[in-house]
Amino acid sequence: MSSSEGERGPEGLETSSSATRPAVSSATRSADGPGPQAARPSKLGGILSLLASELRTLFRRRRTWAMLGALALIPILIAVAIRIAGDSPSGRGPAFLDRITQNGLFVGVTAIIVAIPLFLPLTIGVVAGDSIAGEASHGTLRYLLIAPAGRIRLLVVKYLAAAAFCAAATLTVVVVGTLIGWALFPIGPVTLLSGTEVSVGEGLLRFLMIAAYVTVSLLGLSAIGLFLSTLTTVPVGSMAATAIVAVVAQILGALPQLEWLHPWLFTRYWLDFADLLREPPVWDSFADNAVLQAGYIVVFGLLAAARFVTKDVLS
Amino acid sequence: MGDPGGLGVSAESADSAGLAIETHGLTKRFRSQLAVDGLDLAVPHGAVFGFLGPNGSGKTTTIRMLLGLVAATAGEARVLGAGMPRHVDSVLPRVGALVEGPAFSPYLSGAANLARFDAADRWAPSRTRAARVADALEQVGLAHVAQKKVHAYSLGMKQRLGLANALLMPRELLVLDEPTNGLDPQGTREVRSLIRSLARDGTTVFVSSHLLAEVEQVCSHVGVMSAGRLVAQGTLDEFRDAGEARALVRTPDADAARRVLQGLGMHVDGSISAGRVADDGGVSRPADASADVVVTATLETTPPEAVVAALVADGVRVRGFEVERASLEQRFVELTGEGFDVVQ
Ligand SMILES: Nc1ncnc2c1ncn2[C@@H]1O[C@H](COP(=O)(O)OP(=O)(O)O)[C@@H](O)[C@H]1O
Ligand SMILES: [Mg+2]
Repeated sequence: MSSSEGERGPEGLETSSSATRPAVSSATRSADGPGPQAARPSKLGGILSLLASELRTLFRRRRTWAMLGALALIPILIAVAIRIAGDSPSGRGPAFLDRITQNGLFVGVTAIIVAIPLFLPLTIGVVAGDSIAGEASHGTLRYLLIAPAGRIRLLVVKYLAAAAFCAAATLTVVVVGTLIGWALFPIGPVTLLSGTEVSVGEGLLRFLMIAAYVTVSLLGLSAIGLFLSTLTTVPVGSMAATAIVAVVAQILGALPQLEWLHPWLFTRYWLDFADLLREPPVWDSFADNAVLQAGYIVVFGLLAAARFVTKDVLS
Repeated sequence: MGDPGGLGVSAESADSAGLAIETHGLTKRFRSQLAVDGLDLAVPHGAVFGFLGPNGSGKTTTIRMLLGLVAATAGEARVLGAGMPRHVDSVLPRVGALVEGPAFSPYLSGAANLARFDAADRWAPSRTRAARVADALEQVGLAHVAQKKVHAYSLGMKQRLGLANALLMPRELLVLDEPTNGLDPQGTREVRSLIRSLARDGTTVFVSSHLLAEVEQVCSHVGVMSAGRLVAQGTLDEFRDAGEARALVRTPDADAARRVLQGLGMHVDGSISAGRVADDGGVSRPADASADVVVTATLETTPPEAVVAALVADGVRVRGFEVERASLEQRFVELTGEGFDVVQ
């Protein structure tokens, strides 16, 4: 036990306990446990306080920033490559790529189109797939549950945190893309798909609407990841499975033989946000997408709850 | 294996209003294996209950069921008067626990980890959170590493942090699963003194251990697990007294002695030849006379003097008589079987 010699404080448990215990007790006695006299704390307040703590934890984590940094690299790479190599022949490469040299604002949209099939699902897979399995693998799940966090409450909070990450991820791509485009290319009024020209401000608003659209697109996948995360105590498994599900869904969506299946795939509307770039914006695909994603949230949310509520926590 | 009822705890368990933890036939089966088998625990309010048993005897599984982490296969558990796991929401805020070792998010500091668990408790006021976290860290001697990431903590430091987590709020019941694992002797002493001081304030402490010596000094009650079964429970004194008393009779008339002892209803469980001629100071004796045998038998309820009187009355040459009571530790080995990880 020689190694632990240096870790003990100037005062050990023995001496400090008697000194500080009364202070602890008196500080909290008034608001102590759920005795018959104590007012029941509100359910919403409980969720908000746990959510705040969860968001703080998520966004304090180096891994989260590494993923956001990697996503930020996408628009940066695109912008720098075009700046160095010059314009690409029209009609090749991702949509809007050929517009960038005329208007730097298009870097963000181009980057998000590049990020949607793989990069965004990968990072969502990491966050959503890790949500419960990661806690289980660290053993912190049992301590959250005996706190007691409440199983449903914990699931809801974990899902909301994953959704917050979806928003952060898409915003990172769009915002960094806009900034780098601003820095490297001329900026001007945005020509919409309908041919109308709108101001820079209006154009930026449209791009934010696209970010919102993509965020919504990822909510179904987040619910799938949350569910997969309740199945295992090995987070790598549920993370990889979530990413694979996203890729498989896109492959299935590309096979004309499976036409009957396409309306049910959560990836179906992933790239259909062009309607937001019309004047006036057409919201149909946004609504269809939202309904589809909501369906996935309900189904996989219920599956996750059914699984998690009865799950033996043995990790 | 002994019978829990045989320790006189039944009178106490009848008064279930005074029980902080109460289980009836609590059972957990993992596939084919019975990890916990028909447990009838009775932990009175205000007790320091030592939950003893070798590794793999089902202590942690029991604790997981008590805390609603694991569903029982059969039986029921009541903690602080309410059924588990149905009432986890109202019971667990009054319970502090350390289960199967401490566990933290390695990328967060010690203080941040505690704040996180505290935020998960709806009854813990966020207003006092920072102060309570600081107090708890101070209490376990970790104040100086509060801002250090947990992955840089040693095992002993994590164990202390786990204890701090259990102490974030004033608790009615503390469930500590092997709280001294990984602690140095000084840390072990500190934990014992912490348990004592908490018990003085009226907190019920349920502490598991595979080491008798670790809890013996602080416990008022003990329960002993062996292979998933509760083989004994009661106050420490009851436990001590329940150790089998055995009569050791030293005599050359082993057969006659055995007959007499059996006649008294005692169970003769051994006879060892003792004493050689040379052992008796070289005094020469007839061969049969020198072949002393120590006959051992369980004393049960027979008074020792009655045993001696009966032996003498039957003409057995009693050359030595001794009543031996098992030490607490022997009692323990007796209950849990060999291979037990006994105190060094
Ligand atoms: N997740 C599990 N799956 C299967 N068996 C388990 C599991 N957890 C514990 N066990 C078994 O249950 C028994 C009791 O384990 P445990 O309660 O951890 O014992 P203790 O805490 O007394 O060392 C052991 O035999 C162990 O192998
Ligand atoms: Mg254990």
